[in-house]
Amino acid sequence: MARKLPPKDVVIIGLGWTGSILAYELAKTGLDVVAIERGPWRDTVTDFPPAYAQDELRYAVRLDLFLRAGQETLTFRNNAGQTALPIRNFSGFLPGNGVGGAGVHWNGQTWRFLPTDFKLRSHLEERYGKDALPADMTIQDWPVSYDELEPYYDRFEKLCGTSGKAGNIRGAKQAGGNPFEGWRSSEYPTPPLKQGLGATLFAEAARKTGHTPFPQPASNLSEAYTNPLGVKLGQCTYCGFCERFGCGNYAKSSPQTCVLPALMRFPNFSAQTESEVVRINLDSTGKRATGVTYVDTSGEEWEQPADMVLLCAFSLFNVQLMLVSGIGKAYDPQTGQGVVGRNYAYQTTSSVSLILKDKILNPFIATGAHGMIVDDYNGDNFDHSGLGFVGGGYMGAGQTGARPIQTRPVPKGTPKWGAQWKKATAETYQKAFSLSTHGSSYSYKDCYLDLDPTYKDRLGRPLMRMTFDFHDNELKMSAYLTERLAEIAKAMDPAEMTPNPRKGPYNSTIYQTTHNTGGTVMGADPANSVVNRYCQSWDVHNVFVPGGASVFPQNHGYNPTDTVGALAYWTADAIKDRYLKNPGPLG
Amino acid sequence: MRRSLITAAFFFAFGAAAAAQSTQSFDRIERGRYLAVLSDCAACHTAPGGKPFAGGLVLQTPFGNLITPNITSDRETGIGDWTDAEFVAALHDGRGHDGKRLYPAMPYPAYTKLSDDDVLAMRAYFKTVAPVSNKVVSNQLPFPLNIREAMVFWNWLNFTPGRYEFKSGKSAEWNRGAYIVEGAGHCGTCHTPKTALGADKSDTPLAGTTLQGWFAPNITTDAHKGIGGWSKDDLVQYLKTGTNRWTLASGPMAEAVSHSTSQMTDADVAAIATYLKDSGAGGSGAKPTPVATDDAAMKAGGAIYKDNCSACHKDSGEGEAHLFPRLAGSALVQSDDPTTLARVVLHGTRAVSTASMPTAPAMPAFDWRLNDRQVGAVLTYIRNSWGNAASAVPADTIASQRISLAKAP
Repeated sequence: MARKLPPKDVVIIGLGWTGSILAYELAKTGLDVVAIERGPWRDTVTDFPPAYAQDELRYAVRLDLFLRAGQETLTFRNNAGQTALPIRNFSGFLPGNGVGGAGVHWNGQTWRFLPTDFKLRSHLEERYGKDALPADMTIQDWPVSYDELEPYYDRFEKLCGTSGKAGNIRGAKQAGGNPFEGWRSSEYPTPPLKQGLGATLFAEAARKTGHTPFPQPASNLSEAYTNPLGVKLGQCTYCGFCERFGCGNYAKSSPQTCVLPALMRFPNFSAQTESEVVRINLDSTGKRATGVTYVDTSGEEWEQPADMVLLCAFSLFNVQLMLVSGIGKAYDPQTGQGVVGRNYAYQTTSSVSLILKDKILNPFIATGAHGMIVDDYNGDNFDHSGLGFVGGGYMGAGQTGARPIQTRPVPKGTPKWGAQWKKATAETYQKAFSLSTHGSSYSYKDCYLDLDPTYKDRLGRPLMRMTFDFHDNELKMSAYLTERLAEIAKAMDPAEMTPNPRKGPYNSTIYQTTHNTGGTVMGADPANSVVNRYCQSWDVHNVFVPGGASVFPQNHGYNPTDTVGALAYWTADAIKDRYLKNPGPLG
Repeated sequence: MRRSLITAAFFFAFGAAAAAQSTQSFDRIERGRYLAVLSDCAACHTAPGGKPFAGGLVLQTPFGNLITPNITSDRETGIGDWTDAEFVAALHDGRGHDGKRLYPAMPYPAYTKLSDDDVLAMRAYFKTVAPVSNKVVSNQLPFPLNIREAMVFWNWLNFTPGRYEFKSGKSAEWNRGAYIVEGAGHCGTCHTPKTALGADKSDTPLAGTTLQGWFAPNITTDAHKGIGGWSKDDLVQYLKTGTNRWTLASGPMAEAVSHSTSQMTDADVAAIATYLKDSGAGGSGAKPTPVATDDAAMKAGGAIYKDNCSACHKDSGEGEAHLFPRLAGSALVQSDDPTTLARVVLHGTRAVSTASMPTAPAMPAFDWRLNDRQVGAVLTYIRNSWGNAASAVPADTIASQRISLAKAP
């Protein structure tokens, strides 16, 4: 029997980017806010001191910061004909855990989606005809436009102090920036990072082949910065330990570097760590949430009553909590009815590995979002007529580090171990470079999340089941993008070049990315979405999913975090300006 | 001038008389509350996580531990049954309820400079502080120091009672600053070197001293060891926000900033800065010859610095304003006493968070990573690089600091 705690105005599930942004915005209005986080408290410098945070074995190999499957996992299968089995060690994607969530170990790549991405289905049907899209593709328009979200992108980037060069300020093209991006109300908060030799050579080759390279937008700061919350960030040292690591010198934006110092000053905010929310509780009508039940490390259950519940967990677990709490109708792929779990999508990545001639690239001088990028083949930036696919991605020299354990490039034909392998790695390390593509993953009828009929978690809840595979559209897109990238790579005159386009089937044991999206999709119609355009549940009006990637109707050719942050601010404004004045459905 | 002083004195006396008749007036209670901020009563009388002014904080002194008393208006365990005269005597003369002697951990040698009217305003405020029942046995000192009457002799040797006297020839702002620094703010309680009996050394005010495992820095105008290199604006910003282009407050000063200086009026902070920049204390500390760059400790220290420190404090020792303290040119780094330096390297520390500077960046601990010789070497390096010059820090200094820190709460 859960013990009942004094009620709060707002309970937030998960203290990552969206949780900390919503907590700050709502605590500022005077509401009594508690955040419940299943992992530990994590502080910028005392948990990640620069003197030892660059520990590749501890963080990148043994995955110290990530969720352990013993705490929570899911089952996986490629298609409905298979029996899903539990993921017993996360490796294909790595959900975060603890205060800061995935915002601790991200790379800092801070991309906006394209204006046309927000009206994807209507745009593609208008340009290429209704028949151009595969019948089982379930992409849909967002219920919010780029123009509406622009001020919120701007707010999130100013929170982070993102480094970059604008390509379009209020419609005026800017030299040196991304010519394809949507308009921006202002320049990036801090100038672009300095580029290494590999990225510089790529940019030269890209220009030579008729492309327009620009520096990747990075929340790894090129210079010290004070954000609008008054919180100070430091300058990046290019140490090359961003992904899978925390940044102890205040140079990579994270909830703890950007929000928590200001948030923790509010006496009306508190955080309950090492406590996992079991379910969202509903009243007898099922139309109103009464709070949450969570369990602490001793197995003790606590009921936290609250007037509002904000689902700010990692996207996959937002979906699981909706399903186990019975909020919204679960998706059924047979009938196409139901919405929770629908439109799970991912990301379609590929690479071209290079060994250059007579170069010393010093590839260890890096940041998580370091690099030069070409955006000519993203979204609908290029004519897809006759190509046999839709979608696209960015590509470029975005190498995030060349750490000694996991970066061991060798020429083709080198033995996999022994003296010759050692000699080859020593000779090749300084000359090897990897280019990559980062492509869209559109949604399909048969890619979804539901509750597993067999396996349960440690709390007795059914595990979530993921059913996902790459579709022809994405594999063709990856082949096309990888070919274009190889053409640019060729202009770098490499000694050796290996294109690695994405091949099916999807393998959940090989790391690709942690951009898991969809399942609580936002939309304009309750028949094809779980939350409305303010990220509010259609069914339970005091439950919001404020911008986790689970609300993406499909995934586009960019990293999700900037859009996640923008939607968090967008939802915060909707709650403050509309919901609090008149609690009820906003849709 | 003379005429205006007489006028001021007249109004002062008149105001005091009028206010004395209405101890419950808002103005008077509010003035008392502000004086309690200036005097930083909360620093000692509010325990971490405890109720305001309910006491219970352990004060480590070189003579033993004292537990700070409850000064809420509770009649049994606080000061609710004290008379006004007893309250005034406590602050002015170090005599408490029924004439009981106070230990000079209570800074009555500074508070004695407060005007009668200011003390009575504080009394009016403390009468309104919610009573908290919290019985504290303050005196935990060993024999014979636990005999309070021993303080008669201490006072006879070390204590000069008397109100602050306006110094003519100095501005009103300077005098206000002096009143706060020497009186209410009791800056010297931490920053003035002490005699063997724990009294202020009157010939070296504010020249810095060690307490509770921290070196409270020299805040005289000494250009090398003091704050001679700080502008008035630097001082104002530090006191108001807890940080300036040189450094960030941590340790006991973080508490002083949090409870007291950041809550002061802009005028009072400016007055403190004006006085400290012209206190007459300090003078010209000679800059020693730096340890040679080819010294073994300097070489080792440079390598240790590169690996452990430079990511934040930078190769140039410049750090980052409001985030990572500047080491190059820092007076604290070059102070004779490396206690604070050793402490922050061994145990780490966290800067204060204030409304305008909320970041509260921290220094991680290195006690588990660097041995005594390595800590000594890296401190010797930062004390003698980028134009800095100060004595080398031997390994045994670090060893003894490690032992005393292990005993600290």
